[in-house]
Amino acid sequence: MLPLGVVAVCAVGVERAVWAHLAEHVLPQALVNTAWLLLGVGLGTAVLGTLLAALVALCEFPGRRWLSWALLLPLAMPTYVLAVAAVGLLDYAAPLPSALRALGVGFPDIRSRGGVILVMTLALYPYVYLVARPAFASQGLRVLEVGRALGMGPFRAFLRASLPLARPWIAGGTLLVLMETLADFGAVAAFNYDTLTTAIYKAWFGLFSLDAALSVAGVLILLVLVLLTAESKLRAHREYTALGVALPRRLPLGRWRWLATAACLLVLALGFVLPLVQLLQWSWTHRHDIGMHDLRLAVHSVSLGLVAATMTITAAVLLAYAVRHQADRFTQVCARLATLGYALPGALLAVGLYVPLARGTAFISDTWGIATTVQTSLLLLVLAYGVRFLAVAHTPLAAALLRIRPSLDEAARLHGVRGISLIWKVHLPLLRGSLATAMLLVFVDVMKEMPITLMTRPFGWDTLAIRVFELTQEGEWARAAWPSLTIVLAGLLPVLWLDRGIDAGISGRRRAPAA
Amino acid sequence: MRRLLPVLAMMLTPVAQAAELVVYSARAESLIKPIFERYERERGIKIRYLTDKEAPLIERLRAEGRNTPADLLLTVDAGNLWQAAELGLLRPLQSATLAANIPEHLRDPEGRWYGLSVRARTIVYARDRVQPSDLDSYAALADGRWRGRLCLRTSKKVYNQSLVAMMIAELGMARTEQIVRGWVANLAAPPFASDNEVMDAIVARRCDVGIVNTYYFGRLLREKPELELALFWPDQGENGRGVHVNVSGAGVTRHAKHPQAAQALLEWLSAGPAQHMFAALNLEYPANPDVPPDPAVAAWGSFRQNPINVAQAGALQAEAVKLMDRVGYR
Repeated sequence: MLPLGVVAVCAVGVERAVWAHLAEHVLPQALVNTAWLLLGVGLGTAVLGTLLAALVALCEFPGRRWLSWALLLPLAMPTYVLAVAAVGLLDYAAPLPSALRALGVGFPDIRSRGGVILVMTLALYPYVYLVARPAFASQGLRVLEVGRALGMGPFRAFLRASLPLARPWIAGGTLLVLMETLADFGAVAAFNYDTLTTAIYKAWFGLFSLDAALSVAGVLILLVLVLLTAESKLRAHREYTALGVALPRRLPLGRWRWLATAACLLVLALGFVLPLVQLLQWSWTHRHDIGMHDLRLAVHSVSLGLVAATMTITAAVLLAYAVRHQADRFTQVCARLATLGYALPGALLAVGLYVPLARGTAFISDTWGIATTVQTSLLLLVLAYGVRFLAVAHTPLAAALLRIRPSLDEAARLHGVRGISLIWKVHLPLLRGSLATAMLLVFVDVMKEMPITLMTRPFGWDTLAIRVFELTQEGEWARAAWPSLTIVLAGLLPVLWLDRGIDAGISGRRRAPAA
Repeated sequence: MRRLLPVLAMMLTPVAQAAELVVYSARAESLIKPIFERYERERGIKIRYLTDKEAPLIERLRAEGRNTPADLLLTVDAGNLWQAAELGLLRPLQSATLAANIPEHLRDPEGRWYGLSVRARTIVYARDRVQPSDLDSYAALADGRWRGRLCLRTSKKVYNQSLVAMMIAELGMARTEQIVRGWVANLAAPPFASDNEVMDAIVARRCDVGIVNTYYFGRLLREKPELELALFWPDQGENGRGVHVNVSGAGVTRHAKHPQAAQALLEWLSAGPAQHMFAALNLEYPANPDVPPDPAVAAWGSFRQNPINVAQAGALQAEAVKLMDRVGYR
C-alpha cells in the first residue's frame, strides 16, 4: 500500500511541461505497444498454458510423466535472459538468419512486436500452466465423460465442460502474466520495444523527473485495476467447488499421441533448451570468470528466495482467509490493492518503499538523535519482496480456497472441528498443492528479481541477479551468461522438488474429501 | 514499539566504522573492486560499496539525507553527477591536487564532482565498405549519402542523450534537430539495445557506419582480433569541435561521515597508477592527461576532445531526450 500512496501523492505534483511532452510524443505509442503486448502475451499464455495443462492432466501420451514437470522449466529462466538469448540467436547478425540469407531465404525480424510477444509468451506461459494443471487434474476425466455422455465429441466436451470449470485458475494465472508483462523492463529493453514501463524509466532517468515517472505509473495502475475488475466480473456469482473424488485416469490419444509429445517438446525447446544452449555457449567462452564468489551469490539468492517465499505465503494465507471470511466489499478492495505491487515496474516500487522508510528513519534520528540505518536491513528487503510478490502467492491460494465447499466447513464444525484446527486438519491437506505452487512461484521470482534487491540489499548481500545486472549494465551480455545460468540451475532444484509437493497436493485433495 | 524500532534496526545492521569508507557506485563492481582493494592495501582504509543504477542511487541519497552512510557517489556519466549536484547531494571540494590533475572541462566548475575516466563516443565503420575520407563529423552522418547505411543505439541510453545534449549546446536546438532527423532517416535498422549490437550489425553488412563508445569496440577487438571494423575520430578539422566525451566520475556526498578520507580517496584516484587502472580496467581514457592510456587503447590513435564542459550534458539532457522523441528516434 505504501508505494501506491507515494505514487498517488507524487503524481499530483508533476511538472506540466514534462507531462505535456510525454503525452504528446511518448505515451500514445507506449499505450498502443502496451495494449498489443498485453493482448498478445495474455492470449498466448492463456491458450498455451491451458492447452499444455489440459494435455498433461487429462490425456495420456508418450513422455507425459516427465514432460509434466519439464514444461515448468522455463519458469526458472528469467524473461530478460530469454529475451537477450533470443535476440542473440535470431537477430539479423546471428548465425542462423545469416546462414538463411546466404541461401536466399528471408528470416522474420525478431526485434519486432511479434518477436517480443513470442518471447514473453514462452517465458511466462508456466504461470498459467502451473496454476491450471491442478485444476484440470482435480476434475479428472469425469467432467469430460459427462460432456461426452451428453453427446459431445471429446474436444467439444473439453471446451464446453472442462474449460469453464477451470476458468478461475486460468484467469488467475493469466492475470499474473499480464501484471508481470506490465512490469517488465528487461525484455522490452532488449527488443527496444517502447511500453509504459520504458516511458516511466525515460521520464525518471532521461528527463530527471521522478514525479512524471510516477504519473505514468498511475496510468499503468489504472490499467491493472481494469484488468482486475474484469477478472472478478468473470468469476462473479459462480461456484467452483470440487465435487468429490476424481479418478486418476487419462484419455488415451490414439494416433494423435505423438503429436502431443511433439508439441510439448517444441515449447520446451524454444522456451528452455535453445536459450540454455546459448547461455552454455556464452558461459564457455567466459569460463575463466567462474569462481567461488558465484557460490556465495547463489547462497544469497537461494536463502533470500526461501525466506521471502515463506513470509510472503504466510501473508497470502492471511489475506486469502480474510477475504473468505469477510467477504464484504472493503476487504475485497483491500486485498486487490495489496496485490497491485506485482504490476509496478520494480525500480519504481523499490523507490516507493525505500523513500518513505528512509525519510521516516531520518525523521526519527533528527527528532530523537538515534542513528539508524533501517533502510539497509535484510528485514526490509524481505518485506519489499513480500509487497512485490504477494499477488503471485495469493492467486493460487485464493483459487484453491474457492474449491473448498463451505459445506465442508459446516460438516467439520458439526464434528467439533473449528477455528485453527479446522484450517490445520481440513483445509491444509486440501491446500497443500496450491501452497507448493505459491511457494515455487515466489521463490523463482525472488531469484530473478533485480531492482528491489539493488535498492534495498544490505552491504555485501549481492545476489546472482545483481551480478547479471552489473555485467549487462556494461553491455557484457556474454559474461552475464554464467550467473544467468546459475540462476536457472538454482531455480531448477526447487522447481523439481516443489513439483512433487504439487502432485502430492493433488492426490491429497483426492483423498481428503473421501476420508 | 515506535521507540523500539530504531533500536531493533541498529541491531539488524552494522554501522560504518571509522577507518571505512562507503561508496555508492553506478560503475560496475568488476571495474571498481580491484582499485578499492589496492587502496585498502596501500592506505589501510576499508571501502564498502553498493552498486545500483544512477537514478535509484540519487533517490536513495536524497531520501537518506543526513543519515546516509555514503561518503562518495560514483557514476558513469556526467549527466547524473550534474543532477546529484543540482539536488545538493554533493559537497564542493577545495583541492589543489584535483584541480591540477583533472582538466577543467571534465569537472564541475564548483568542484562538486570530478571526472576520473573519459569515455569517447565516436564513429565506427566497416573497413571494406567505407573510406575514412568519406567520414567527417557526427553531423555529416545526417547526409543523404548514408541513407540505409547507419546503425544507432537506442536514444534511451544516456550516452546518446549526452551526445545530443552537447550538440544542442554548440549548434543550437534547430540545427541539432535537423541533424538527428537526418540520422533517423538514414537508419538501416530500428535502433539497437546496445553498442555491441550496432557493431554486430555492421559486421553482418546490415549497415556501414555507427556511433559507439570506444571501449565496446576495444572489447570486441580483443575477442575478434581480425575484426573488419575501425574507429574514426570525427570533428577533428579546423572548425571541428572535437570528439564527444563523457566521464565516469565521482563526488563527495553532502552528508559524508568521513569527508576528508573521501576526498583523499578521490585525489588518489586522480593520479598515478590508480588513475591508469581506473581507465584501463574498462579500456577507457584516463581523465588526467599526464597518465597514458592502456597500450591497446593508445593503438587506436590520438584525437582532440571536445573541450566543452561535460556538465552541459546534464543541464541539457532532458532537452536532448525531448528532441529525440520529437524526431522519432526511439
